[in-house]
Amino acid sequence: MAVLSEEQSMLRDAAKSWVQEKSPVTAFRKMRDSGAELGYDANAWNEMAEMGWAGVIIPEEYGGSNFGYLSLGLILEELGRTLTASPLLASGLAAASALILGGSEAQKSTWLPKIAEGTAVGALAIDEGAHHAPEKATAVVAGGKLTGKKTFVLEGMAADILIVSAKGPDGLGLFLVRSDDPGVARTRLHLADSRGAANIEFKNAQAEALSGGAELIEKVLDRARAGVAAEMLGSAVQAFETTLDYLKVRVQFGQVIGSFQALQHRAAKMFTDLELSRSAVEAALAAIDADSPDVPELVSLAKAKMGDTFHLVSNEMVQMHGGIGMTDAHDAGFYLKRARAAEAAFGNQAFHRDRYARIQGY
Amino acid sequence: MADFGGADLDAFRTEARDWIAANFPAGLKGRPNPMMREERTAPSADQEAWRLAMGEKGWGAPTWPAAYGGGGLSGGEARIIQQELNKAGAYNPIGGMGVMMFGPTLLEYGTEAQKQEHIPAIVRGDVQWCQGFSEPGAGSDLASLQTKAEDKGDHFLINGQKIWTSGAQFADWCFCLVRTDTSKKHEGISFVLFTMHQPGVEVRPIKLISGNSPFCETFFTDAVAKKSDLVGPLNGGWTIAKRLLQHERSGLSGAGGGGGFFGMQKPLETLAKEYVGVDDKGRISDADLRTRIIQNLIDTRAFQQTAVRAMMEAKGNSGPSAATSIMKNAGTRVMQDRAELTLEIMGSQGLGWEGEGFTGDEIAAVRGWLGGKATTIYGGSQEIQSNIISKRILGLPDLTNNH
Repeated sequence: MAVLSEEQSMLRDAAKSWVQEKSPVTAFRKMRDSGAELGYDANAWNEMAEMGWAGVIIPEEYGGSNFGYLSLGLILEELGRTLTASPLLASGLAAASALILGGSEAQKSTWLPKIAEGTAVGALAIDEGAHHAPEKATAVVAGGKLTGKKTFVLEGMAADILIVSAKGPDGLGLFLVRSDDPGVARTRLHLADSRGAANIEFKNAQAEALSGGAELIEKVLDRARAGVAAEMLGSAVQAFETTLDYLKVRVQFGQVIGSFQALQHRAAKMFTDLELSRSAVEAALAAIDADSPDVPELVSLAKAKMGDTFHLVSNEMVQMHGGIGMTDAHDAGFYLKRARAAEAAFGNQAFHRDRYARIQGY
Repeated sequence: MADFGGADLDAFRTEARDWIAANFPAGLKGRPNPMMREERTAPSADQEAWRLAMGEKGWGAPTWPAAYGGGGLSGGEARIIQQELNKAGAYNPIGGMGVMMFGPTLLEYGTEAQKQEHIPAIVRGDVQWCQGFSEPGAGSDLASLQTKAEDKGDHFLINGQKIWTSGAQFADWCFCLVRTDTSKKHEGISFVLFTMHQPGVEVRPIKLISGNSPFCETFFTDAVAKKSDLVGPLNGGWTIAKRLLQHERSGLSGAGGGGGFFGMQKPLETLAKEYVGVDDKGRISDADLRTRIIQNLIDTRAFQQTAVRAMMEAKGNSGPSAATSIMKNAGTRVMQDRAELTLEIMGSQGLGWEGEGFTGDEIAAVRGWLGGKATTIYGGSQEIQSNIISKRILGLPDLTNNH
């Protein structure tokens, strides 16, 4: 893992401890079994907010700690290990980024402190179909009112504010809509990975423009993508470690199955891919913190690479556990389901491979 | 890469730049290192002058102790020399197995007399070394080697055969693993040195599928090694061999994980645009090929990022990064995939062996594709690397009786 500053090490260690003590995978299972409306445990979210996690990328003048995206990525990675559900990515990363990069002073001072405290939740509403296609947004804003349909809005049911992509008088841009506006109708989606999401229909909902147009959308999306990739890294690493532990204890044919070379080599392949993916994810987060012009290509690299790796590891977790990997009682199914949802979020591997090439001119 | 020096290193950089400017023959600027070519012809006057100058200065082995002719410099200063050589379009004329792996090992395990005798000649580039390790029956299972060394009092008599001896046809000396006890596997191996220029040593280059012969079979019939050239204790050679292989692996990692470069220099996407074409949106017109090119470029980039990360972690943390164990497999895979894609891109122009109808680059691509198949076999095969990762890094059980 990257060489960390003292602050970053402390943040990561704090996240590790909290996750181990307060949010093991059993907490996710409990949330799922309770049919949680929100898609996360509100008490757990309060604890995270109290530790300052929702304000990690928010400037201090708005109540945040301004530690940056790599720091937030370290926290997201730890949460990803145990599939901990929360609006941290949607709100503390994505919505906050939109406001920081494109919000007016009034929008920032109204919403960022609440987002940092965890008392308001923001969510990004970009896609309108089954596949990520941000440039194809057809929602419209006319006379300050937004009309259109958005799909697969992560944490859409929990959100107090929605950051919506739509075509305004100046072209494509992001708009802030309050979810309690009478023109907003939300339908809860019951996803395979039990996380919160909604389809949302807007009819003349009051919309405040953020400035930055289509460029702002890409910048915010790249930050969201990097955040998802960081969470995926944690989930994939944990899925691998759990599987590795199983290889060391399960006995068949008079020996531990981890002594069979075919399984050893498959484990070595996963380890290799995880190390490569870690490099790509950390490089993308560092580039965002440095505001590098390479952010788009490094983010697409990270999302594509991480997606392929988590895809492989999630499949191998089920397969290598044999029959018990197929039971709901085992955690393997959770990691498999989360993997596909995370792969699809903000552009899957194919989307990002294509984007990587387009950015480089081929 | 950050260096941690300040004014001292700046002064050294000036010194290095000035010395290179004064001693590097202008006619060699930008020319490749003649040692990298497999055919060795007699060196030109310029090449020889450059070798002598660098040899005398000790900058060909900059971090080796000055007592044996090395530069006696720090890692930071060595990096500066490399940077300034690059800037001047100059190659390091001192190289080979002696520098890469044998010299560092001898500095750790050799007696004072052995170091005095052998190190200075390596530093000057006067003596080239070859590695007598693998045998037809001892490749991945190197410790099963059978070449015997019989104790004759003040010397050993060596009988047997080595294979895959790189550069044996040009080597002056050999560092060799021999069996001095047939009753024990690992504890029956000794590490000896001897001159290649003796009647008992016969070298036969092996022609490879790529058409060239970088490796040889080496036959020993009563070849002589002096007792004073036994490195380390009798039957204690395996430990030294393992250390030397670590040096070899670091050296290969420095060259891109053993993937190095085989074949074409042009970026894949540029080649594809030339040989395959683009659609009306400027994308490579074969969508299937395009996707596979992108995948290779992404994997290559992630590999390069990992090399940087491993280096930063080795400096910043308490030891080598776990990431280093994956480098050879990851690097050779992307290089081999790239070579296959290069052939595919070139279509029937990627099937040439030599002669008319093919450009030099096209032929080089084919030869490079073939030669590159060796990289997942030598220096610890892909399968052995996977075993190392799974057993030593991941802690999976070892039920074979190996060391």
